Amino acid sequence: MGTGYNMNIVIASGKGGTGKTTLSVSLFKAIKGHVQLLDCDVEAPNCHLFLERPTIDETRVEQQVPVVDADLCTSCGVCDDFCQYNAIVSIAGSEAMVFPELCHSCGGCTRFCPSGAISEKPFDIGSIEHTEIAPNKDFYTGKLNIGLEMASPIIDRLFVHTDDAKTGKNTEYRIIDAPPGTACPFVTTVNQADYVVFITEPTPFGLHDLTLAINTVTELGLPFGVVINRMESTENIVSKYCFENNIDVLLQIENSQYVAECYSRGLSFVDSIPGMEEKLQKVAERILKGSKKA
Amino acid sequence: MKELVVVSGKGGTGKTSMTASLAVLAQRSVLADCDVDAADLHLVLNPKIQEKHIFMSGNEAIIDQDKCTSCGLCEELCRFDAIEFKDGKYVVKDFACEGCKVCVQACPENAIDFPAAHCGEWYSSTTKYGPMTHAALRAGAENSGKLVGTVRVESKKVADAIDQKDLPDWMIIDGPPGIGCSVIASITGVDAVLTVSEPTLSGMHDLERILGLAKHFDIPSYVVINKANLNQEINEKIKQMAKEFSSPVLGEIKYSKLFTQAQSKRMSLIEYAPESEEALEIKKIWKLLNELNPN
Repeated sequence: MGTGYNMNIVIASGKGGTGKTTLSVSLFKAIKGHVQLLDCDVEAPNCHLFLERPTIDETRVEQQVPVVDADLCTSCGVCDDFCQYNAIVSIAGSEAMVFPELCHSCGGCTRFCPSGAISEKPFDIGSIEHTEIAPNKDFYTGKLNIGLEMASPIIDRLFVHTDDAKTGKNTEYRIIDAPPGTACPFVTTVNQADYVVFITEPTPFGLHDLTLAINTVTELGLPFGVVINRMESTENIVSKYCFENNIDVLLQIENSQYVAECYSRGLSFVDSIPGMEEKLQKVAERILKGSKKA
Repeated sequence: MKELVVVSGKGGTGKTSMTASLAVLAQRSVLADCDVDAADLHLVLNPKIQEKHIFMSGNEAIIDQDKCTSCGLCEELCRFDAIEFKDGKYVVKDFACEGCKVCVQACPENAIDFPAAHCGEWYSSTTKYGPMTHAALRAGAENSGKLVGTVRVESKKVADAIDQKDLPDWMIIDGPPGIGCSVIASITGVDAVLTVSEPTLSGMHDLERILGLAKHFDIPSYVVINKANLNQEINEKIKQMAKEFSSPVLGEIKYSKLFTQAQSKRMSLIEYAPESEEALEIKKIWKLLNELNPN
């Protein structure tokens, strides 16, 4: 096992479009030392749009789904009654029918079938793509097949895949672009966090959605800080809220049409704002120092 | 009554801001906020809640410590790592239970309860511009698609309860971001999908997916380009993409601080700056949408 800190920093935001992906990519580019970027927004990953990927290693991700032996199935209906997701349906006169897109892979029907008629087989749910951007920078993105709803298995697999035990590297920082919102793909991601960075904008929508996201993370007992993007003045509704609630404001980024234009072309903060690389390196160091990891 | 949903694919393009302005221009419509994960429409339409309802969906496992003999079978069988041995007993972890029922069924002592899960709330409200149905999903909850479905069903009931002669022309739905099951639940059965896009790489990438989704469901779609002057090249590409999907581009709004200024005053842009270039463009979009969807 390596001696990397493995500091997992999750970049999140209640509201969409506040700069999660831009910040994740920017941190990934700015940090010296061994860093991984994980795009956990597996339904609609966008980090790859900011990075040159000359080669891509693809690993398919599979999940176990039931397969029913027609000779053994008695159409007793136990599997149908048990399944909480309507993924297996009992049919009189024929073997039970499986809907793999709805299956959560709990193993229940397989275990409880009284005739031993159900076994499991792999079902492709998506992929993980890996590119070594530089000798100390590795980028991983998860992609869920369109039409499937379950993001969590791919997110879990991303973390297994990028573990130092598997890669043989000494990762210092793992920057994790989280899915938007506060529903279960977000929770699956944030369960792996040592620290959460919330990025938001100083507007009523930005503040409102930030408070929803903070509630989730507070319940999980995770340390967090806030980055305020597109600020007009350093005293704003989000900075005030953070001050009143003793929340760390890590960085404020000015509202700039130029930065927005650069973003539209796939350029991160590091490329469009002078001095941002050093600022972000300091933010990462500050987060690491505050944790129990270093 | 026609149903319109406002979606985007990419988050942060201006869906809710657009929905609020259209609601004002419609003067009276049946309104629904289907962005149940992070609902914001109420912040500018200022609804008065008349009824609050609990949303229950799925179940959660809870170990009855009086009956549990700590055999550990539940922890062994749980594929979601939702059960842990902590402080000398087996417990289900917060936010981790998938509600699959395997442990409940397998427990030799029948020591695991399986109550229905409280996943959120939905509300029936009134606004200056018509009745509004909205919701809030509990943090960490699944089934946002089901809650969206509930908002849709309840909005229809609101519409059905209105006298035919007083029925507004439109139901206007603020959709969620992305292309997942919540979005699907918000667009099925509507008459028009209005996609708010932005001329950025991410915006264009996600627009393609959302237009594809509308096409998959055979629903007419329309495009509005917000922050239109940000990138001329991608702006053109979006127009080309819209053509390929047979989605008329109804209008283009330039990158503008008026949106957030209006929001800070808890108003739609139409109310805040009615004579502005941006407001005139939104009025044009609304006019075109109505011409293309006559009663």
